[in-house]
Amino acid sequence: MVLNFNERSPFTFLMCVICIASLGYGANVMAFEPTSTSPSKLPPWSQVEDTDPDPDPGETTQAVFTLNYPRIQIPFEITLWVLLASFAKIGFHVYHKITVWVPESCLLISIGLIVGGIMHSLHEKPPAVLTSNAFFLYMLPPIVLDSGYFMPTRPFFENFGTVLWFAVVGTLWNSIGIGISLFAICQIEVFGVQDITLQENFLFASIISAVEPVAVLTVFEDISVHEQLYIVVFGECLFNDAVTVVLYNLFNHVAALEVVEAGDVFLDIGRFFVVGLGGTIFGALFGFVTAFTTRFTGKVREIEPLIIFLYSYLAYLIAELFAISSIMAIVICALTMKYYVEENVSQRSCTTIRHVIKMVGSVSETLIFFFLGVVTITTEHEWNWGYILFALLFALLWRGLGILVLTQIINPFRTIPFNFKDQFGLAYGGLRGAVSFALAFTLPDNIGRKDLFITGTIVVIIFTVFIQGITIRPLLKLMNVRKTNRNQETINDEIHKRLMEHTVAGIEDLCGQWSHYYWKDKFMKFNNRILRKILIRDNHPESSIVALYKKLELQNAMEVLDQMSGDISAAPSLISLHEERKNASKSRKKFLSSDVTNMHELLSKNMYKIRHRTVSYTNKHTLPDDITAREILMRRHTSLRRSLRAGSFHGTNAAKMSQKYFSLPMGRSLNSRFPPRRLVHAGDGDIESEINYSSIRHPQRVSSKAVMPLRPLNTLKEVASSVNTVDGQNEEQRGCRRSHLGSNVSRSGHLTSHLPHGSSRNCSDGDHDAWVEEPQNNSDVQHPLMRRPHWLPQKPHDK
Amino acid sequence: MGSTNSTLLKIPNVEVLMQETGFSPAHIIRLHDRFKALDKEGRGHLCPHDFGAIKELAMNPIGDRIIGAFFSPGKETVDFHTFVKILAHFRPVDKDRPKEPNSPEPINSRSNKLKFAFQLYDQDKDGKISRDELLQVLRAMLGMQVTDEQLESIADRTIQEADLDRDDTISFEEFRKACKHKRFTMFRFCIRPGERKLMLTLCHWSSELQDQHEL
Repeated sequence: MVLNFNERSPFTFLMCVICIASLGYGANVMAFEPTSTSPSKLPPWSQVEDTDPDPDPGETTQAVFTLNYPRIQIPFEITLWVLLASFAKIGFHVYHKITVWVPESCLLISIGLIVGGIMHSLHEKPPAVLTSNAFFLYMLPPIVLDSGYFMPTRPFFENFGTVLWFAVVGTLWNSIGIGISLFAICQIEVFGVQDITLQENFLFASIISAVEPVAVLTVFEDISVHEQLYIVVFGECLFNDAVTVVLYNLFNHVAALEVVEAGDVFLDIGRFFVVGLGGTIFGALFGFVTAFTTRFTGKVREIEPLIIFLYSYLAYLIAELFAISSIMAIVICALTMKYYVEENVSQRSCTTIRHVIKMVGSVSETLIFFFLGVVTITTEHEWNWGYILFALLFALLWRGLGILVLTQIINPFRTIPFNFKDQFGLAYGGLRGAVSFALAFTLPDNIGRKDLFITGTIVVIIFTVFIQGITIRPLLKLMNVRKTNRNQETINDEIHKRLMEHTVAGIEDLCGQWSHYYWKDKFMKFNNRILRKILIRDNHPESSIVALYKKLELQNAMEVLDQMSGDISAAPSLISLHEERKNASKSRKKFLSSDVTNMHELLSKNMYKIRHRTVSYTNKHTLPDDITAREILMRRHTSLRRSLRAGSFHGTNAAKMSQKYFSLPMGRSLNSRFPPRRLVHAGDGDIESEINYSSIRHPQRVSSKAVMPLRPLNTLKEVASSVNTVDGQNEEQRGCRRSHLGSNVSRSGHLTSHLPHGSSRNCSDGDHDAWVEEPQNNSDVQHPLMRRPHWLPQKPHDK
Repeated sequence: MGSTNSTLLKIPNVEVLMQETGFSPAHIIRLHDRFKALDKEGRGHLCPHDFGAIKELAMNPIGDRIIGAFFSPGKETVDFHTFVKILAHFRPVDKDRPKEPNSPEPINSRSNKLKFAFQLYDQDKDGKISRDELLQVLRAMLGMQVTDEQLESIADRTIQEADLDRDDTISFEEFRKACKHKRFTMFRFCIRPGERKLMLTLCHWSSELQDQHEL
């Protein structure tokens, strides 16, 4: 109870702030807008200001405190609006439960409605943000860039056909279907809308078929809808925008014509393709040019993000110049350049780029929804029950039908067909949003029923966002309900099941199940041979894993050094714990059912999901987070490094490298203590991490026992030697960068990782003994499975 | 597909392979293409390095074990035959295979599939999953937030549930019995080749699995 109150109070506080801010804003506008309709409202002192901006030097009454609002008016208003929208966003997340049930777009529209109500009561007009130029030139590009840049490329290309199918054909289907049905409705005299021509109907229909992904994707992500559905919705929305805009322009153009001839129609269809393809090619071109430019920015890292943004925006603008699809252009530009740019730019620039894109895109989107709310109240609406309700009905109907039919047609071509649940998700998830809104607002004035169309669009948007947005989550959950109780599964089941899933996912990846892999392979070859050489600065043909390792290595090294001054003694004693455990494991423990339930929970929360959901193309409003992948890679990485130390039995250069690391004392017999563990080191010893970065980062995992003081000290030196900022990194980099060496490294590393059994035969006994017997000064072998920072305990004597 | 026959001829002992594994010619060709694509240096056999280059496999928590399963003890390379034979484990179980008394069990039999899974746990190949091996697998599959104490108790519980002869390890028989639970069928653990396409379509299976796994 108390907690709720505490949570609520900041929220309500923010709401008050928002209201006050808007009031204040309203007052400001009222006070200072010189062109306001009611000049009598101007308080007297501002009039004095206006009429006397430059007091003569001879004048005796020099104002001590001046107010010059008109000078800063425009930037000030913009800042205030953006700030308001940001406060709204902060406010939602203060009370977390709201965002779970109500999509953010709903909340934003609601706040917008409130503010609009306030403004309306003050008889103010909202800022003229929704002019065609402002929207299409300033507000839309960031949103689209955001979508394009964070689009997960691989799933996208694998589902490219489906995406295009739904986006293009689906939108066409929707527009034409809705248009024709509405036209039929118009013929009925009762509704009194007979003056709307077919072209205008088509125009309106194209506006309301533009689907908006934001709310849907959030919900999908929470329900863990599978990747295919996610990517199709994502892609469809993206291309949908482009298609809608094209159609809109098409129909706009056609609507203006008095007579439509067949030739015109064909010309328009041809134009449609030109526009689409032209946008794509344009975007790709700009993407490559950007990548090429970043090749030379090695010395001027500060402007790298700027270049990215400028080029993307330029692509957009120039595409607008030629009236080809600018949305496609910017999306394809972002897609193509991302891959090369992220190799060329520095780590920081990369982060900056991502953050800024997310930020600007997010702000833009927020503002648009916000204004939707505001404008809803403040515009003059023309209401026509019949037309609008039927428009809504047809919008829903045709989308559902469309999805059904289109899925049936495309399912045979898909490797993962869409089942009914997916189709429902797709159809019901067709929320309308920003683009529809903007398009409606920018309708030319020569359309007679413009206000009706605007009202109709707003109704459709609000209905879909609120009703569908809020109910889609419970509905999908309902369809996913499993009847059996999960706890009837034993722990065994859960673990084995997950292992099998991972295995099959791994085998799938191994076999390269994707049907387009042939083309991808060809493209990758072309990429490696030609494109990379031109576009990337230091072109070392290395496997992507080595590249990832390098990145991780850098980041980890920096983090370790940050932490080194901190709590290294967080390296807990594994001996003591092991001693406890050793005895405990002998006796059979009693497990209470609550224990078992806890275990189930633990497993379900913490087991890595198979890759279908590991890819973090998550919430549109947050940056992608790859913690899982990093964890896995870090483990593998440390096992690779450790196995380097164990020495490679290839006797290649990697062995020489390992001498820099700690070679291990020999001479113990393998079977001293714990025979089953003798071969544990390789590969599966990836579980032990000698430099357990994560345990440094998560000190809460530290055991309560005291630390053996000797270890950290020793290994501090060792750590220092290997993970030294300059030297260590260079070492690693040198090690990894020399492709010859690099491949040896990875080869031997992988060999040791992957040949646990093989290694036992090939390695000398010494390696193994040393590996296992590391905690020399303690009689027992460390528990290899304990994730403790395994600092090698002693200074190695070289082999 | 006139080229199929010529491609098939290039693969040595392909009839034996097909008979042993049960893959159709189209699948063999598809696998051969994949093999060649992985074998970037054209040596005719794969090493762990080649497997390691598959990025998604590297992201798999047990990726290294899967790769290790391809390499029989002592060998450092995988030739095409071994490759196909291991992958044959993942074919769907032939439900209407006539039971010949003397013929060896097909690679994709239920029991062999279970053996494959068992080997993923049992890295030292002593026929038993020891507590440590289990712990290792758990560690690999669980995120970093799980403490070692929790891991240990999970492992203990697992062994307790499955271990019937109380030797603190899980033998293959015990494993098999543990997996006989009705909700957990080995039919999931298979790759189903597509009917229309020549490629291995694994996704039919995986979408079923996803249904299983919805929250």
